[in-house]
Amino acid sequence: METNIFIQLLGNNWIAYTAIAVLPLGFLLLYALVAILAELKVSAWMQDRLGPMRTGPWGILQPLAEVVKLLQKEDITPDLANKVLYNLAPYMMFTGAYAAVAVIPFSQQFVPSNINLGLFYIFAVSAIATIGVVMGGWASNNKYSLLGAMRSVAQIISYEIPAAMAILATAVLASSLNLNEINTVQDGGIFNWFIFGGPGPWFKVFVLPFTFGLCLIYMIASLAETNRTPFDIPEGESELVAGYHTEYGGMKFAMFFLGEYVNMFIVSAIMATIFFGGWQSPFGSSIMSGPVWGLFWFLAKVGTVVFFQIWLRWTLPRLRVDQLMDLGWKYLLPMSFICFFAIALWKMLI
Amino acid sequence: MNLVDIVFYFFAVIIVASAAVVVLSKNIMYSAFSLLFTFFGVAGIYVLLNADFIAVTQLMIYIGGILVLIIFGVMLTTKITGLEMKTGITGKAQYAIGGLSTLVLGGTLIYVFNSTSWFKSPSVPTTSTVEAIGASLLTNYLLPFEAASVLLLLAMIGAALIARRK
Repeated sequence: METNIFIQLLGNNWIAYTAIAVLPLGFLLLYALVAILAELKVSAWMQDRLGPMRTGPWGILQPLAEVVKLLQKEDITPDLANKVLYNLAPYMMFTGAYAAVAVIPFSQQFVPSNINLGLFYIFAVSAIATIGVVMGGWASNNKYSLLGAMRSVAQIISYEIPAAMAILATAVLASSLNLNEINTVQDGGIFNWFIFGGPGPWFKVFVLPFTFGLCLIYMIASLAETNRTPFDIPEGESELVAGYHTEYGGMKFAMFFLGEYVNMFIVSAIMATIFFGGWQSPFGSSIMSGPVWGLFWFLAKVGTVVFFQIWLRWTLPRLRVDQLMDLGWKYLLPMSFICFFAIALWKMLI
Repeated sequence: MNLVDIVFYFFAVIIVASAAVVVLSKNIMYSAFSLLFTFFGVAGIYVLLNADFIAVTQLMIYIGGILVLIIFGVMLTTKITGLEMKTGITGKAQYAIGGLSTLVLGGTLIYVFNSTSWFKSPSVPTTSTVEAIGASLLTNYLLPFEAASVLLLLAMIGAALIARRK
């Protein structure tokens, strides 16, 4: 079955492909506005403040005001920065983040590219964003930027391994790397999602702790990969001013910012897809399921994970660099190995 | 000119142009970052050849691993030693030797390409290569696969040993 509504509607031509490529961009811009507002408001409520209240009713137009502000700012390139790389870096960052959207199944009927390597592809393209970070940090010709970029890349590479183990385990459970197929396997209600061990007989309770643990490991690792608190050491204000984007302002900063929010969306979408059933309805495939409901469930799950990330950001303090590396290599990595072997063994036995 | 041709020439231009920057640029950082586009273009050609797994592996290993390593190496040596890392000035002798070897290599390749009678396999539309690759790796090519993994493990232990001996 064709899994893309645009190819069904418009035929197999370039108009359909353009629509498929452009539509997520519009959606992500909208999402970024909502996420910025959520970040402002959630942080305010958690600290017993009101947050922005003056732009629009309850301040809901605040993100638009921020965008207008960033658009108006002067476009600065520092004198001693490397001009080509300095100006290229924000776009690299955003390209890397946006490239991952290509394989994310938004709904049964809308998977931009339904390839068989989805999971692997997402990991591969995340490298492009890493290069963007290094490029920006190096080209700024600023010690803080360089240190921030180095920390950021070291962190992303360290935490990519436990995250990859978590993802590999779900690939083992689903016997597929295709994200849409991974969703299809998790049919039949909330207890067939991979966070609860996937579909199976009652004795899947033996594998449940491991899949649940992997979900937590992936959550922690994804926070570190998106450089969010408690892992925002690369941007620690008190030590590094703002990390790799210290020298950036105006629209170039906005591109970095957008890239980070898109990255947040990507990791949340991966998490929703591989652990929470993606577009599957939590009540099984007969109740409230269908292409439009699928989109609704997917966005609801992604929204929940994004909210959780924001929640953690305003709850936990920042880790130290050595604690961060300890957590990644000495705790998360062995734990993810154990979970992976347990799941592989279970898959072999049943 | 159909779509496949257009895409091929698009990637070919990217590869050749960025490879030229890698070789000709005086600034070694430009060379390192330009390598990114070369690898990316090669990955695009792989996709065009229906080798999607190889393409993604190319992105993963060359851009995610090797290129990041190269950039880190160049970046840290430039900033720590305080010297501007520039490639040396190319003299006439280097140009002559380089040009000559390029001509010989290119001529040989074109001659071999034209004189070989290529066996063209019938184009079978493939949906997935990853399953076939996985099955072959764990059956016919299990020994080389395991040998390669032991070699990588050795390299990792060796690197850790060298790094700790201070």
